[in-house]
Amino acid sequence: MAEKKTAGAFDIRNVIGALLGLYGVILLLTAAFHGSAPEGTNNDDNWWGGIALLVVGVVFLAWAKLRPIVVKENR
Amino acid sequence: MYSLTLIQASWIDYVVIALYFAFVLGIGIVASRGVSDSVDFFLSGRSLPAWVTGLAFISANLGAVEIMGMSANGAQYGLPSVHYFWIGAIPAMLFLGVVMMPFYYGSKVRSVPEFMLRRFGPAAHLVNAISFAIAQLLIAGINLYLLGAIVHALLGWPLWVALIVAALIVLSYITLGGLKAAIYNEVLQFFVIVAALAPLTIIGLHRVGGWGGLKDKITAAAAQGHGSPAAQQLHSWPGNDLTGFSSSFLSVIGIVFGLGFVLAFGYWTTNFVEVQRAMASQSITAARTTPIIGAFPKIFIPFITILPGMIAAVLITEVAKVKAGGSVPGGSSGDGVTFNDALIYMMRDLLPNGLLGIAITGLLASFMAGMAANISAFNTVLSYDLWEHYIQRDREDSYYLRIGRIATVAATVIAVFTASLASNFSNIMNYLQTLFGFFNAPLFATFILGMFWKRMTAAAGAIGLVAGTLSAVVVAFLSQDAFGSWSTGTLNLSGQGASFVAAGAAFVVDIVLSVIVSLVTKPKPDEELVGLVYSETPRSSLVDADAADYPWYRRPVPLAGVALVIVIVLNVIF
Repeated sequence: MAEKKTAGAFDIRNVIGALLGLYGVILLLTAAFHGSAPEGTNNDDNWWGGIALLVVGVVFLAWAKLRPIVVKENR
Repeated sequence: MYSLTLIQASWIDYVVIALYFAFVLGIGIVASRGVSDSVDFFLSGRSLPAWVTGLAFISANLGAVEIMGMSANGAQYGLPSVHYFWIGAIPAMLFLGVVMMPFYYGSKVRSVPEFMLRRFGPAAHLVNAISFAIAQLLIAGINLYLLGAIVHALLGWPLWVALIVAALIVLSYITLGGLKAAIYNEVLQFFVIVAALAPLTIIGLHRVGGWGGLKDKITAAAAQGHGSPAAQQLHSWPGNDLTGFSSSFLSVIGIVFGLGFVLAFGYWTTNFVEVQRAMASQSITAARTTPIIGAFPKIFIPFITILPGMIAAVLITEVAKVKAGGSVPGGSSGDGVTFNDALIYMMRDLLPNGLLGIAITGLLASFMAGMAANISAFNTVLSYDLWEHYIQRDREDSYYLRIGRIATVAATVIAVFTASLASNFSNIMNYLQTLFGFFNAPLFATFILGMFWKRMTAAAGAIGLVAGTLSAVVVAFLSQDAFGSWSTGTLNLSGQGASFVAAGAAFVVDIVLSVIVSLVTKPKPDEELVGLVYSETPRSSLVDADAADYPWYRRPVPLAGVALVIVIVLNVIF
């Protein structure tokens, strides 16, 4: 079997990208809609955290998309 | 009444935590489809790219014990704690990649003890394999216990529920996916930990008024007698407070030789938990680059572990009181606040729900990854080194794969028991950990001599190793507090300084005895040393054929040079 296939979902970059991206979205939603935060903490910090995570997540997904790993079929 | 949970987690934080565990188990399930033989399971088929194994390499060590321990050091000692990274870990990792890895990878051994067997025969091999296997079980148990204690403190779950749930999660992803699942999870965990600690550091730094504000506050607190003088807390050298040596000259020697050369080199270059990650990579160049790529993020980890600790000591009331010599009830253990709680209090006071969930996830992830790393190294050594060589030889591959899976389950069960023991005898656990630390220093001496001196004999390997370890234990007993009340106090050594001297003694005794014994015993014939000793190994088998054509950023030596320069610059600045 000489045919090439890409690692797809198994590529760790997709996993990292998906998790960090989702975290980014969750933080942004929290920043926008969550009213309270524990005493002394600032809910607005979630904006920064959310944006940063979303950007990193998208970078990983893009890297995996642009430079896919080609898996050699088993000997 | 002291409240049961330290942190007010909301449902958002639980969503964040649950999402992570869904990913972790998903990786185990997906990775299990690719496992077909024992090399797949134990060394993940030697197929991973260097950046993945490089991140896993430092992640395996970035357990929560390390994270919380380093922030505790930061809170207590300040900047001198960076020596664990910039004098300790980094040079050792670079040395491993540049000098030692070709022998490990090129000789096709499947574990560090197996290298011992090929070079020095069964006596040294058994000492190494058994002490390593027992140490891993113990450390896995300690990790698990701390994880349970943190879950208990943060979320209010009973300790035993936390222990069992965590053990089951680790167990399911390692038995399903083997080393590949462990490594992929370690890489994922690395990013989650950074995502947890970086906001903590940035928000914390913002609150204290930046680096300048932090320095002013530490200086002001030190002027009132909180901790050591500000000059010592804000400069990494000479680090008297860390070593406990009053002479600055001896302190520098202790840090460079004891911590840097012996302890750190011993740990990073012979600890199979670490080296296993590099052995899983796809080529000799990738194996050599693994620790070197790992060194780059490792250089900057002090900024998200030690720095938050330093901030906590001036920003968090509870931690500042402890530093001033007071005692505060509560803390994650329930027996009073310690420096180990610095990070948890930072999370409580600085992070809103959402970011808080990520921080909790990071801590949980790091405990579990630490434990998974110990267990996956344990099952390899047990199956390949102990079972295959001494119990059941020459069985088919699937047999050893099955033994590996059984060993994983057994190790997890034992870890749960060790963890419940640790909750009752925490001091003894600490001393045992100190003790196992002493196995590394003579190992390094034996390895490095054995790799470069073909005359060194099998008897010298075994005797040097045992005598070196014993001399470290003797020094620890003679010191003031390395083994608590069991230490006699004959030598005026305490704190980290005692470990540095013990490790140094182990190294020197090992080298001296190995040389003497080698000169009176018969060496192995040269042809048995090919691939194991520098002078007998053809240069071509130590590098990939096309390695010279790679761009500089894929070649180990230039990369290591860049990392070294960064570390030197950082040592000069701080």
